[in-house]
Amino acid sequence: MTQPGLYHILLISAVLFFTGVYGFLTRRNLITMLMSIELILNSVNLNFIAFNKYLWPEAMDGLFFVLFIIAIAAAEAAVAIAIIINLYRSHHSIDVEQAEDLKY
Amino acid sequence: MPNATLIALILLLPLAGFVLLGLFGRKYFRNSAGLIATLLLFAAAAIALYTAYEYFFVYGRTGGVYQKFYPLQFTWLEFSKGLSIDMGLLIDPISVMMLVIVTFVSLMVHIYSLGYMKGETRFSTYYAFLGLFTFSMLGLVVSSNIFQMYIFWELVGVSSFLLIGYYYDKPSAVAACKKAFIVTRFADLGFLIGILVLSYCSGSLDFATLTERLTSPGTMAYGNALSYSFLGVSAITWGTALVFIGGAGKSAMFPLHIWLPDAMEGPTPVSALIHAATMVVAGVYLVARLFPVFALTTPRVLELVVWVGVVSAVIAALIACTQTDIKRVLAYSTMSQIGFMMFALGNAGYGGAQGMGFTASLFHLTTHAMFKALLFLGAGTLIHFVHSNEIRDMGGLRKQLPITHLTFLVACLAIAGIPPFAGFFSKEEILFSLYSRNRLVYWIALFTSGLTAFYMFRLYFRIFWNKPPTRKDSHGHPEGGLAMTAPLILLALGSAGAGFIPFGSLVSTDGKAIESSISPLFSLAPVALGLTGIVLAGWLYRIQNDRPARLASSFKGFYRACYHKFYIDEVYLFITKKVIFNAIGRPAAWFDRNVADGLVNFTGSAALVISEKIKKIQSGRVQQYALYFLTGLLILAAFFIYVFVSQAGISDK
Repeated sequence: MTQPGLYHILLISAVLFFTGVYGFLTRRNLITMLMSIELILNSVNLNFIAFNKYLWPEAMDGLFFVLFIIAIAAAEAAVAIAIIINLYRSHHSIDVEQAEDLKY
Repeated sequence: MPNATLIALILLLPLAGFVLLGLFGRKYFRNSAGLIATLLLFAAAAIALYTAYEYFFVYGRTGGVYQKFYPLQFTWLEFSKGLSIDMGLLIDPISVMMLVIVTFVSLMVHIYSLGYMKGETRFSTYYAFLGLFTFSMLGLVVSSNIFQMYIFWELVGVSSFLLIGYYYDKPSAVAACKKAFIVTRFADLGFLIGILVLSYCSGSLDFATLTERLTSPGTMAYGNALSYSFLGVSAITWGTALVFIGGAGKSAMFPLHIWLPDAMEGPTPVSALIHAATMVVAGVYLVARLFPVFALTTPRVLELVVWVGVVSAVIAALIACTQTDIKRVLAYSTMSQIGFMMFALGNAGYGGAQGMGFTASLFHLTTHAMFKALLFLGAGTLIHFVHSNEIRDMGGLRKQLPITHLTFLVACLAIAGIPPFAGFFSKEEILFSLYSRNRLVYWIALFTSGLTAFYMFRLYFRIFWNKPPTRKDSHGHPEGGLAMTAPLILLALGSAGAGFIPFGSLVSTDGKAIESSISPLFSLAPVALGLTGIVLAGWLYRIQNDRPARLASSFKGFYRACYHKFYIDEVYLFITKKVIFNAIGRPAAWFDRNVADGLVNFTGSAALVISEKIKKIQSGRVQQYALYFLTGLLILAAFFIYVFVSQAGISDK
């Protein structure tokens, strides 16, 4: 059994990315949308790891970037969930369609 | 030498009154305003009189010639080296003479107003305005610089505007003050251009320098002034003619006189001060101030001065014969008398006996200030008494108003030129100076002075004799107390005695004394004509009869033309309303409304329409935004991939 190549991983990453985009655009539930964003971020992480491993195995830049992204994603999730909770308190719903009136 | 502080004080005292009463009058000096202003002006008048005495009899004359003094001179605005606007005081015979006249008449009016304006709600404002006017008129008189004079000239116009519009709740007063302001402003445009032309030609705004450069042939400025020309007339002629237009506007000369009769809407003492004795003679003063330039360099403009004066004098006298509003009659009479001054001035030459007309003109200015102020103040008492300007509502008043009657009679005799009253001497000198230099104008002047006697005594007989109309109310103080009678008596003394001033030895074109020797034989014709006018007026108006009506109907068309002031107002209305409004005003308004405003409105409405169209983008749906974002991202990605691939393709080849 041979090891998967760079292209396989990039393919998975692309699928993951577009799944995330699709989910972000179609789901109405804010939690699901947040999950979709995580998918997009993880597809990016996957890209970093793959490029680092296959093209510059002696360097570690990609790995560090991934670590940073995970940290930022955690922070972002905390903020997003705080917003969602507040939205729920005021609108009694976490449906993104209900949040339209925020534009005023 | 003149004392600069004292002379500056003459100006500054009325200004102090204006500032004090203008700022604090309504709050602190509601009742004492008149007294404060009068005391300040009394001080100013005393100083002016002292200055005149010192100038004429102590230091003014050296070697038989009155010198010009500049007690104060400083640079106010410097444009470049050699061109600056200076401010200063100029003391010479005519400015000293005017200082005395202005302060004296102003003082009389201040005192008179204590009685006349008593109980007005804007009493202190009135006195503040009077102070402003007196200050600016005095400033105009002592200006050493033509631009400084222009500044004060405009200030005088503003204070005249304010005082005509004093009763600002009366629409006719509002219209009159606007009319006065606009007409004189229009004339001042000519004055301003004239100043620019003259100062451009001579390179100076200073009266002394300007006069010297423009009257001595051989200098560069003189050559330039004559060689530049426009429409075949030399620049200097244009300059002096335009300056004269400014003077004609202020002095209510034909055809710019239309504001003066309407200006009678102001309080009567104001009419006495501004529209009879002082401001309206500013035009005469202006021509006198620049007289060497007029006489030596541009005699053609002096001819214009003569004919403008003649036309004004004659038509004003004719109109005065038909008016029934006492103040309007006096206004037209003022215009007529200023016409006298103008043509006397225009007829004069420079130096020696040639300058007789100049002296006569300023002499007449002085005497006229006395008797015309007196007439107006008398009219004020009459109006105060009968509450009407119409002479039809007056009549038989000589018993009720004895002091007014006597002083009015003195003034009428003075203006009619009956010896030994003041008007006789000055009018005689005018006629005498005309006789030798311009016979045609002499005859016209003679005729007009007869007419003067007629219309003044028409007024006199109609008011004080004739049949009294039925009046219901009777006043406790018919003549308004001492404040109103004292000025009348003082001015009557002036009107009776001012003729004995040896004017020829004091004021002349070149400062040297001139002998005026008029034989009694020469005086025969004018005095006889004046007496004829008086007798005729007495015959027509002393007792009530139908002779005036019959006379009027026998001159039917001519009478109606005079009565309607020769339709000059109508001509102006036609020109402004039909011609200027339609030909210039309306297209300009259209352009403004449609093009200028249109452009601005278009910008606004375009922004509105476009934002209305694109506001749907901001739907508030996060996912929609994300979709736009994604679309943009994909387009950019596609673009970069395309560029990258095509470049890679090129480098491959």
